[in-house]
Amino acid sequence: MAKVGVFVCHCGVNIAAKVDVKKVVDTLKDMPEVGFAEEYKFMCSSPGQELIRKAIKDNSINRVVVAACSPRMHLPTFQKALASEGLNPYLVSMANIREQCSWVTDDPDEATQKAIDLVARQIKRVVHQDPLDDIYVPMTKTAIVIGGGIAGIQAALDIADGNRKVILLEKSPSIGGRMAQLDETFPTLDCSQCILTPKMVEAAQHPNIEIRVNSEVKKVDGYVGNFEVTIEKKATYVDAQKCIGCGICQEKCPVKIVPDEFNAGLNTRAAIAIPFPQAVPAIPVIDPEYCRKIKEDKCGVCAKICPAEAIVFDDAPKQETVSVGAIIVATGYKEMDPAVYTEYGGKKYPDVITGMQFERLVSSTGPTGGELKRPSDGVIPKTVVFVQCVGSRDESKAHAYCSGICCMYTAKHTMLYKHHVPDGQGYVSYIDVRAPGKTYEEFVRRAIEEEGVRYLRGRVAKIRRLQNGKYRVYTEDTLVGRAVHVDADMVVLASAVEPQKDAVDLAQMLGIAYDADGFYTEAHPKLKPIETASAGIFLAGACQGPKDIPTSVQQGSAAASKVLALFARDTMVKSPQIATVDPTACTGCLTCSYVCHYSAIEEKEFGKHRVAEIIPGKCQGCGACVATCKGKAITLAGFSDDEIYEEIVSCK
Amino acid sequence: MQIEKEPRILAILCKWCSYAGADLAGTSRFNYPANVRIVQVPCSGRVDPIMIFKAFVEGYDGVMVSGCHPGDCHYGTGNYHARRRIAVARRLLEFVGVHPDRMHFTWISAAEGKKFAEVCSEFTDKLRHLSGTEKTLARKELAT
Ligand SMILES: Cc1cc2nc3c(=O)[nH]c(=O)nc-3n(C[C@H](O)[C@H](O)[C@H](O)COP(=O)(O)OP(=O)(O)OC[C@H]3O[C@@H](n4cnc5c(N)ncnc54)[C@H](O)[C@@H]3O)c2cc1C
Ligand code: SF4
Ligand code: SF4
Ligand code: FES
Repeated sequence: MAKVGVFVCHCGVNIAAKVDVKKVVDTLKDMPEVGFAEEYKFMCSSPGQELIRKAIKDNSINRVVVAACSPRMHLPTFQKALASEGLNPYLVSMANIREQCSWVTDDPDEATQKAIDLVARQIKRVVHQDPLDDIYVPMTKTAIVIGGGIAGIQAALDIADGNRKVILLEKSPSIGGRMAQLDETFPTLDCSQCILTPKMVEAAQHPNIEIRVNSEVKKVDGYVGNFEVTIEKKATYVDAQKCIGCGICQEKCPVKIVPDEFNAGLNTRAAIAIPFPQAVPAIPVIDPEYCRKIKEDKCGVCAKICPAEAIVFDDAPKQETVSVGAIIVATGYKEMDPAVYTEYGGKKYPDVITGMQFERLVSSTGPTGGELKRPSDGVIPKTVVFVQCVGSRDESKAHAYCSGICCMYTAKHTMLYKHHVPDGQGYVSYIDVRAPGKTYEEFVRRAIEEEGVRYLRGRVAKIRRLQNGKYRVYTEDTLVGRAVHVDADMVVLASAVEPQKDAVDLAQMLGIAYDADGFYTEAHPKLKPIETASAGIFLAGACQGPKDIPTSVQQGSAAASKVLALFARDTMVKSPQIATVDPTACTGCLTCSYVCHYSAIEEKEFGKHRVAEIIPGKCQGCGACVATCKGKAITLAGFSDDEIYEEIVSCK
Repeated sequence: MQIEKEPRILAILCKWCSYAGADLAGTSRFNYPANVRIVQVPCSGRVDPIMIFKAFVEGYDGVMVSGCHPGDCHYGTGNYHARRRIAVARRLLEFVGVHPDRMHFTWISAAEGKKFAEVCSEFTDKLRHLSGTEKTLARKELAT
């Protein structure tokens, strides 16, 4: 028999000034379910909680209703009070007579009447509440980081330093990401390679990190603490175990027409190649679209000269499933292809290049060995126009969002340009300069004041190639209110930061949310910027939205700390408020499985039938399946039909 | 149907956004009619049309369901399921002679305390005007 203890709180005067608390207690104490009723000034205080404990002991109540503030505030407080007296913590319910009553009702009589009603409903409800046990699920203390850019590397290093195993998964042949392609970095102008390479090497040598390059996720099953991730390693045609990274193959390979991705397509490379000199691992990969041996069974020169006999032409993709407890997504971004901007030449002007191509042109590991020469004829450009916001803040053509990093890297580019061509003149076309980071504004001012770069406020309307090989950039200077044009030797487009092409596919495999642009969505924009809405999956770096290196690194470390906190436990405690299927009532239609956002519902055998089964570790307790099931075969603990209907019915 | 009585409203609110929005209405002291009764559900996707019919049978004059804004549902897509189910429920209500406007579906975020209070007041006004307008099966008869 349920025997409910009712405790009505004054909340100082917050409740008692409007609600006649004594009347509430007097009216309700005679309800047949009620075994004990009392009022107190502050139920959440220690003496208040003691009242509950005492009533459990002395009056043998076995259900509790606290009429006070919102359960969002103090439900856990009272649950603990019950538990400390040996009563199941899920046998308490709260009537919200402050936020929903005393604070929003003018008339004291109406407020008192409403309070009585609100408490009575919870008394009726609590009788239907069942004791629930927290769910414990085991924890696999290995993490996987998807994406080996700076964000992913940082996350992997921090987890590994925390003495946990981590798999660093990278789709391309080397870790490093976009940062490996940069020349110098804002706001300090330190050389990107010099600060990145040591971290790449550290990751490769760390005993707790297993780097898997040329690999992608194919399938994700399971839930926090117990994910099963299927990884596919692409065919690379080189045995990584045998290869010594000498690079003789890429020298001797006769097919030298493959666009060099690392150099942003500015030059070509061999069909077998190590992606860049500092690559980790420094192992070449054969591009099967270009390799003559693979395509037409000719050549095979690399296999003949390889001293380690590492070439395997009959390589094939391999799949493997790994068990991990947590996932960090750090898949980064790509630079937008500016081809849609036909007014800037589409891509038909060789000297109208993107920001990343400029990085490669000034880099000592780039196609020109670090001498700034324009792609068409190798002339040193004496006038360069840098165009900001190409594809950003331009909803009509590309994206509404701001790419965030281009103001800064354009200022950097103008400085790098002046360092390479001291007598050259740089122009920047901009909408406005956004430099909110630490020392960022000072950095931009330095470009303008010390390097004499001319900033022209306005959007570039058109770029036209002139007879003399120059490019006429038609723009405006809105500060003086007139149209201007500049005849430039080269134009650099700060092309927008975009999500990876396969970002949505990966999100759907992982069951995480993404925004209209394809960037991954955090669980809360302010308070949970690292978490996704799926427990155990975290975000780091530019896959969540445009980001510079410092922020990507911060987020990498933050995601790692989330993972380490998770791994500090041996088991996972999950709320027991989850759904279960009654197999005797289930018809096996599986409609429920279509509405479950967490793929928590599977099919199982039940005698001769197939029925639905809900995986407790996966279910998040939303109740969508309950409302869908026509046969009423599903019950959601804590929000069962009985509990909810009782509230509806007993409302007078 | 008695006109003199204040309309009674059942507000079924999801725990993550709308219930928190109602709390904020309280914290901000935005008064609203005392005849509103709130039932918490984990997500608007938990709302089953039968809950709504049950409420009318029990004698409520209006039922309001509110969840997180599109895209903000804590469980991803619960509010979209709710929207679809409630569209169907509304047609069924009409079929049995309950004015479909007695059923109100909305999105209220945790930051929209003011909106919650306003929606409650506006819905109360609307229900007052609806009193006695049902042509066919009166809601009262449905209750018997
Ligand atoms: C022209 C230019 C100049 C810049 N200059 C600066 C600067 O000076 N200072 C600064 O702070 N920032 C600069 N940035 C920004 C900087 O590049 C980014 O902040 C940084 O690279 C973000 O790191 P990340 O790890 O998040 O992503 P990325 O560097 O993009 O790395 C992501 C990695 O994940 C891999 N990956 C992607 N998808 C998958 C998948 N499905 N499975 C497995 N692996 C995958 C990718 O291959 C890549 O290696 C510049 C950007 C540009 C475009
Ligand atoms: S919707 Fe109901 S009956 Fe259909 S499979 Fe799911 S639990 Fe079984
Ligand atoms: S309650 Fe929600 S999360 Fe759990 S099985 Fe049902 S639909 Fe899936
Ligand atoms: S949690 Fe608010 S509508 Fe789903």
